[in-house]
Amino acid sequence: MFVNNDVSKQDMEERHIVQPHDPDHPVVLSTEDLHVYYGKSEALYEGDLKFAQNQITALIGPSGSGKSTFLRSLNRMNDRIATVTGKIMYRGVDVNQPDVDVYEMRRRIGMVFQRPNPFAKSIYDNIAFALRLRGVTAKKDLDEKVERSLRQAALWDQVKDELTKSALALSGGQAQRLCIARAIALRPDILLLDEPASALDPVSTSQLEDTLLKLKEHYTIIIVTHNMQQAARISEYTAFFNQGRVLEYDTTSHIFTNPRVQVTSDYVSGNFG
Amino acid sequence: MKNTQPTTADLERQLKRRSKAAKLEVWGRVVSFSALILIVAVVVAIIGFVASKGIATFTTNHVNLWDFLTGKDWNPGIKDAHGKPEVGALSMIVGSFLITILSALIATPFAIGTAVFMNEISPNRGAKILQPVTELLVGIPSVVYGFIGLSVVVPFTRNVFGGSGFGILSGTCVLFVMILPTVTSMSADALRSVPRYYREASLALGATQWQTIWKVVLRAATPGLMTAVVFGMARAFGEALAVQMVIGNAALMPHTLVDPAATLTSVLTTGIGNTVMGSLQNNALWSLALVLLLMSLVFNLIVRLIGRKGRLH
Amino acid sequence: MLKAKLQNKIAIGALYGVAGIVVLILVALLGYILVSGMPQLSWHFLTAPAKAFLKGGGVGVQLFNSFYLLILAMLISFPIALGAAIYLYEYAKDNWVTSVVRTAIEILSSLPSVVVGLFGFLFFVVKLKLGFSILSGAFALTFFNLPLLTRNIEDSLHTISENQREGGLALGLSRWETVNKIILPAAVPSILTGVILSAGRVFGEAAALIYTAGQSAPALNFADWNPFNISSPLNPMRPAETLAVHIWKINSEGIMPDAKAISSGSSAVLVIAILLFNLAARYLGKRLYKRLTSA
Repeated sequence: MFVNNDVSKQDMEERHIVQPHDPDHPVVLSTEDLHVYYGKSEALYEGDLKFAQNQITALIGPSGSGKSTFLRSLNRMNDRIATVTGKIMYRGVDVNQPDVDVYEMRRRIGMVFQRPNPFAKSIYDNIAFALRLRGVTAKKDLDEKVERSLRQAALWDQVKDELTKSALALSGGQAQRLCIARAIALRPDILLLDEPASALDPVSTSQLEDTLLKLKEHYTIIIVTHNMQQAARISEYTAFFNQGRVLEYDTTSHIFTNPRVQVTSDYVSGNFG
Repeated sequence: MKNTQPTTADLERQLKRRSKAAKLEVWGRVVSFSALILIVAVVVAIIGFVASKGIATFTTNHVNLWDFLTGKDWNPGIKDAHGKPEVGALSMIVGSFLITILSALIATPFAIGTAVFMNEISPNRGAKILQPVTELLVGIPSVVYGFIGLSVVVPFTRNVFGGSGFGILSGTCVLFVMILPTVTSMSADALRSVPRYYREASLALGATQWQTIWKVVLRAATPGLMTAVVFGMARAFGEALAVQMVIGNAALMPHTLVDPAATLTSVLTTGIGNTVMGSLQNNALWSLALVLLLMSLVFNLIVRLIGRKGRLH
Repeated sequence: MLKAKLQNKIAIGALYGVAGIVVLILVALLGYILVSGMPQLSWHFLTAPAKAFLKGGGVGVQLFNSFYLLILAMLISFPIALGAAIYLYEYAKDNWVTSVVRTAIEILSSLPSVVVGLFGFLFFVVKLKLGFSILSGAFALTFFNLPLLTRNIEDSLHTISENQREGGLALGLSRWETVNKIILPAAVPSILTGVILSAGRVFGEAAALIYTAGQSAPALNFADWNPFNISSPLNPMRPAETLAVHIWKINSEGIMPDAKAISSGSSAVLVIAILLFNLAARYLGKRLYKRLTSA
């Protein structure tokens, strides 16, 4: 009664944050003193993280823990519905300032959502139309960029003969990869993914994970996931969110094999959440 | 292949330059907001113009508002024994309210009954036949209703009750048929918005289908059904041509339902072309239009109040 | 328990009766219009000009006027309604200004059309000196049409999922670009349905036109398409009695010897037109949607 794991619990820290410091993968994005409010209620506080270039960082935690709120704040997708204070430093520039052009910023920090959301256009136009709006008009240029994006998203071989088909006819996994292709066509620097596999079947999920592992050669990837195996499989770093705070941040192997915070330990071992 | 990155200073400059998207956004906001403001301006202009014209009877021509609302004699060109113009609008106000209330009274049970039938008793036939037909009939122009009233209802009334056949009764019949599809279709919408589990819960408790309809479904849909009826009334009150064609257009207090009578709208449609702008005769007509406009605001208010009450429950 | 069952039977029976009566009324109404009107329809009837005092006139000019006014009114009201709907749905914050604007639109939609017509008369015909003309009529119809069309388009925008907007914004598009390039193209089928249905309403409107587009239909020279010539069908400054106004007028004046036959024919034309509008709306909406979602 007196000598069980209660003792080890006393050893546990309340928060444990180790920011990445790897000369090969310098920090490209970091948050400082970030707070997010929906109306009067605070959805996120104590969420200061640094993200390493060309690495995959996973954000995990129970639903309502603030991980999606945090992710959506990074490229200011929450601007209309929430108040975000603090700094979001992107390669030395605070992009959370009113004079930063959000449209230009979102071209560098792209996003893929939970539910695949292909537009009601052809597969080709899903990718090409944003490029056209940004001044790429030559057919050859467009063709080449569409092909490159589809290849990177591992979708080219399946759709190369039916590029004029409506994208709404694609399966869930294909549609999600089209959304990734669409996002990387603009050559972003950072790719934010908000539970991209939660609406997919296991086969599509594992294909998507393979794709992400290849994509990190070109992009810095931050992914929110409720699937802990997924975080363990693909990410270098993992942040654990709970009740609006980051409780633990470290390399993925540390988080999953040797968590320092009790709640993290409970969560990754499946005891709650 | 790594993306080559600009220096921090360059990046800052690029990020703080106003992009084409940002400029388009401002343009889009301005354009779409202007369109919205235009509509609001139209509403303000309509109310403003009609009100200023309608008030002229009382300010310029010094007609007493009370005499206008309660006087029974409508002859704006003629002065009465006291030298005052005869601009009593009571007969038309009564005419308008009478046909509105009567037609709504008749239409309501039929409309709600049909809506219940189409939604609760025979949803298949309802969706396949009744609903498309009612929706089509909602779109039938009111002159067509007026013409049928003239060629079917008026002769029928004449044969049964004698007289000319023109009057409140014919007007009520025409309006009843005219608002029936509107009220039915809106009532059906209201019933459809009652969640299915309400019915299932009630039936599971052993209630009969009728008890479920009467005690659960109709009760839950009451605000929506009331809104449907008020909409029907507003439409009946504001209808001009269909009524004007069958009511007889005699601005007299209606003593029976089969004597020729008049409504605000019928006098307006026949009169406005035969009077000179700015004359008392003309101003008096605009006052009728103002009454019409105010009544439509009242109907609007009632709908809002119902909506607010519905939300509280 | 028995009582409840009996009550149930009686009530359900009564509902059958009520619905039956309503169906009977509606069918009789449609039947009467079509049966009495169809025999009047002929190529001559649809194309010949009206004769005021003689039998055997047609409704050619009125029919043309109805379509011309409809098209003009739609051309004016569609861009305004579209802009207003976009602002209301995509931009407007949920505050008191928005609620005042929404109230104003509701008021406009509930105004009796005769009041809208009278305002058109006062403002366009008299104040702006446009006279009884196509243009005055088109503006009156625009006012009459704007609130409904705005609501229809707003409903159409509502049918497009929020994740489509997020998709556009995440690509660095402005909300305006997102709406124009992603949301509107996807909403075309349902917007089109709304436009056609409101066109049916405009097509049959008469009360708003009596004192704006006027009650006379001067002879037109269908060989002259220069809008500045007085007898040209396209001249927007000429008075233009529409089919719906025609029905009202010949019945109120009572001087046309075959007024009843002409009215029956015109009513049938109106109802058939509305029917076609309805069918077209359903058909086109479905077809476009299919095209959008398949190969």
